[in-house]
Amino acid sequence: MEFFVDPNRCIGCQSCVAACSECDTHRGSSMIHLEYVRRPISIQTVPVICMHCDSPTCAEVCPADAIKRTGDGVVQTARKPRCIACNNCVLACPFGVPKMQAEFSLMMKCDMCYDRTSAGLKPMCASVCPSGALTFGTREEIERQRPRSRPVNTFQFGSQLITTKVHMMVPRDELVQHIDVTGSLHDEPVNPATILDNVFDGMDA
Amino acid sequence: MAILPRPEEILGAAYGPHLNRMEGLRLDTGVEPDRIVNTHCCFCGQQCGIQLKVKDNTVIGFEPRYDFPFNRGMLCPKGVKRYLQGAHPDRLTTALRRDPDAETGFSPIGYEDAIARTAAEIARIQSAYGPDAMGVLSGASLTTEKSYLMGKFARVCLKTRYIDYNGRLCMVSAGAANKKAFGIDRSANPWDDIVKSDVVLIAGSNTAECSPITVDYVWRARENGGKVIVVDPRITPIARTADVFLPVKPGRDVILFNGILNLMIENDWLDHDFIESHTVGFEAVAEHARQWTPARTAEATGIAEKSIRQAAEIWGMAKTSFLMHARGIEHHTHGVENCLSTINIVLASGRIGRPYCGYGTVVGQGNGQGGREHGQKADQLPGWRDISNPEHREYIAGVWGVAPGDIPQAGVDCYEMMRKIDAGEIKGLLSICFNPKVSLPDNAFVTRALEKLEFFACIDFFLSETAQHADIVLPGSLHEEDEGVVAQVEGRVIKINKAVDPPGEAKQDWRIIQDVAAALERPHGFTFESPREIFDELRVASKGGVADYFGITYEKIEASDGICWPCPSEDHPGTPRLFERGSWNPIARGAGPFYFSDGKARFQVAAYRPPAEDVDADYPVILTTGRVISQFLSGTQTRRIGPLVDQYPEPLIEMHPRLAARYGIADGDWTTVESRRGALTLKAQVVTTIRPDTIFIPYHWPGRQSANQLTIAAQDPVSKIPEYKVCAVRLRKAPRPDGRTLLPVRNDPFAPASGPPGPVHRGK
Repeated sequence: MEFFVDPNRCIGCQSCVAACSECDTHRGSSMIHLEYVRRPISIQTVPVICMHCDSPTCAEVCPADAIKRTGDGVVQTARKPRCIACNNCVLACPFGVPKMQAEFSLMMKCDMCYDRTSAGLKPMCASVCPSGALTFGTREEIERQRPRSRPVNTFQFGSQLITTKVHMMVPRDELVQHIDVTGSLHDEPVNPATILDNVFDGMDA
Repeated sequence: MAILPRPEEILGAAYGPHLNRMEGLRLDTGVEPDRIVNTHCCFCGQQCGIQLKVKDNTVIGFEPRYDFPFNRGMLCPKGVKRYLQGAHPDRLTTALRRDPDAETGFSPIGYEDAIARTAAEIARIQSAYGPDAMGVLSGASLTTEKSYLMGKFARVCLKTRYIDYNGRLCMVSAGAANKKAFGIDRSANPWDDIVKSDVVLIAGSNTAECSPITVDYVWRARENGGKVIVVDPRITPIARTADVFLPVKPGRDVILFNGILNLMIENDWLDHDFIESHTVGFEAVAEHARQWTPARTAEATGIAEKSIRQAAEIWGMAKTSFLMHARGIEHHTHGVENCLSTINIVLASGRIGRPYCGYGTVVGQGNGQGGREHGQKADQLPGWRDISNPEHREYIAGVWGVAPGDIPQAGVDCYEMMRKIDAGEIKGLLSICFNPKVSLPDNAFVTRALEKLEFFACIDFFLSETAQHADIVLPGSLHEEDEGVVAQVEGRVIKINKAVDPPGEAKQDWRIIQDVAAALERPHGFTFESPREIFDELRVASKGGVADYFGITYEKIEASDGICWPCPSEDHPGTPRLFERGSWNPIARGAGPFYFSDGKARFQVAAYRPPAEDVDADYPVILTTGRVISQFLSGTQTRRIGPLVDQYPEPLIEMHPRLAARYGIADGDWTTVESRRGALTLKAQVVTTIRPDTIFIPYHWPGRQSANQLTIAAQDPVSKIPEYKVCAVRLRKAPRPDGRTLLPVRNDPFAPASGPPGPVHRGK
């Protein structure tokens, strides 16, 4: 079973974020978040879970060696006895995932619901997601059920190339090799009154 | 005089809404639940399967219910956090009596005392003014057993003609159109038929926010190569990636569908065999549609002609299709015509009654389907029988053990009931599962009407804004405190299972109704000992009707994850897909698949009428209202669930930047919206995802945040649904309203409360 993220399907409902806070290992705190890409001009949202990097930047920058990756590739919340709450991981993560929980002086993060997945259950977020933007299943299933798209698990972040355990779905025919994490940041700034507005062009206010 | 006993602020401080958050057992990761109960969500008409975790008679959390086929574990955030409505600081655990001398406006009284006072007032009013001086308001979030009991209670116990329900705000336009065209009112197909449709046409449904699980069915259709067409004045999440988006001017839907039909005829995208064999009335409809040429349609609907042609071609050339609509086209003074105009393009295509060829209305309330079938509607008897039909009256009289002449005749819709209260015809009201002070249009009038009641009894689990007007409040039950059936969006009858007992002196609603009947010394027909007994009578009452439940049992439901009605006998598997060729129904008796004596569906001319209140120089902007994902209907439950409130804390005025610029309004500015009925001041959300001539405000909030201060009480002449989707308003930038502060921003909306929940005073 693998994790697939398909932002194209996301409807911004926050069900994933709500369900994350119901997880038995961190009840009351959500480890994931959901962002509007640019609400003034679009309803598009993107769920952000931990991508579980093969070489996790968060662990590499940790001065206390508090962040561990399991044998099956899940990057875990910082070890409590080691974490010094320095925020290095929070600042360094290419995907903006780790969260500093000030009340515990501990970095906590999405661990792909290790308590559930290690027992054969789906993670909370991918269980409840009503749009299939977050899916946990086999590669055969996803290839059969999503013929229009294909999974990619390499990401470009500046000069860094990142390979992740979690896959992101891209349109099947797109020639994209790696997903550029910061790509949209380099777009020209847009004036919400004029851009991406063509369906309402010519309509009077 | 059911005026508020104390100012709103004091009632709010005492009775909420306060925000329930994860605390105690619900936050403790070490707690093993006593049991896990398979049941369904309490909110929308999809009725997702869910497992509730119970500890010490409290629902402490949920587990996804992967094995329930409709949602396979999926839930929206309301479903995820639904359990926080239980063990809530605002929960009514005793009966209350209106007491202006009490600090909080109400005093707790014993349950028996409350029942006796209620019965005495009902008896007084009815002996002074006649039986019709009592009215009953009910709701479609109740189980079907309770809905049935409310209809029977009004007719048999109170002997009043005045009962209606909040489905009047929800399902009635679709219901009336379905009955006119098909002879039966139910979504025609199982949702699995969506996933292999060539085209999914979604009209007036903010599917992503109001029926989120349906989104996955639509996306699966698209993965299979299907096209998606969305008709909406806003780019909602389901519209964002649509193949064709038709941004219709509010109130002009019927023109669009006539225009599409006209193009279907011009291009001969018709199923002539189907039209000939299985329908009547096509010629008149075709003749009527001819006037809606593409150019005229484009001009009237505000949609580019190219897009209309594109949509018509995709729809016209498809081999399979699924058309679904919701309140967006139904909440109009011509809501029935809007629905009929969509049915006309379905019938012209011949794509109904077959696999992957479907039509359905997306129900809003949890029992939006089942709650409209068994007699809590003003003109209806159980099994979808007609209260004015002598044969139907006779059959139901036999089931109820009363004389047919003793069953009152049809009453009026719930808004007309408000007018009758205002006119002094209805003096007393018993209300359950309905919060008209928030949910009805022009609610300043509703408040004035409620204030005129001589006696008002309310059954509720929280003191809703409407219940604040009550003389007696009877503490009812939450969804998880009772069992019974509901019919979800596909017409699938499913079983709600009890997880916990009602707290304190709160009682299951059907017991309260029966206790009132007993105290009135009219217990005949109100001595049920369980929901199952009510259901068994309902099965008999529905037998032979269009909505035939006779063959459905609790055991069959549990064994097969629900049974789709009609199901006329115990060996019948139910009817997931209506109108299959060669199917039998009790009206056509083999003559054809539709529910008319000749078995044929009816094309119906759907003529355009302008909205009751169109824009003009004084009120130049269209207001349309609707929902957000994190709140539900009038918010009685969801405005009390902390994480859901955090997600979207207060209503915003959604408007296009070109409209905002005209009034000098920037994103986040306080803005006053004024209609001929009222005004409100909220913050603007300036986005390009809405038509520039239209603003949108969600309606879940009460008081000065209530969008229904602005809406118009104009209604469809047939269905009586109010025109929530169009009225005329004007805008102006406003200073921050007095006393209004910005709600604190929470960085982590799902974090536990940092302090205790708000103050709770019960006036004890």
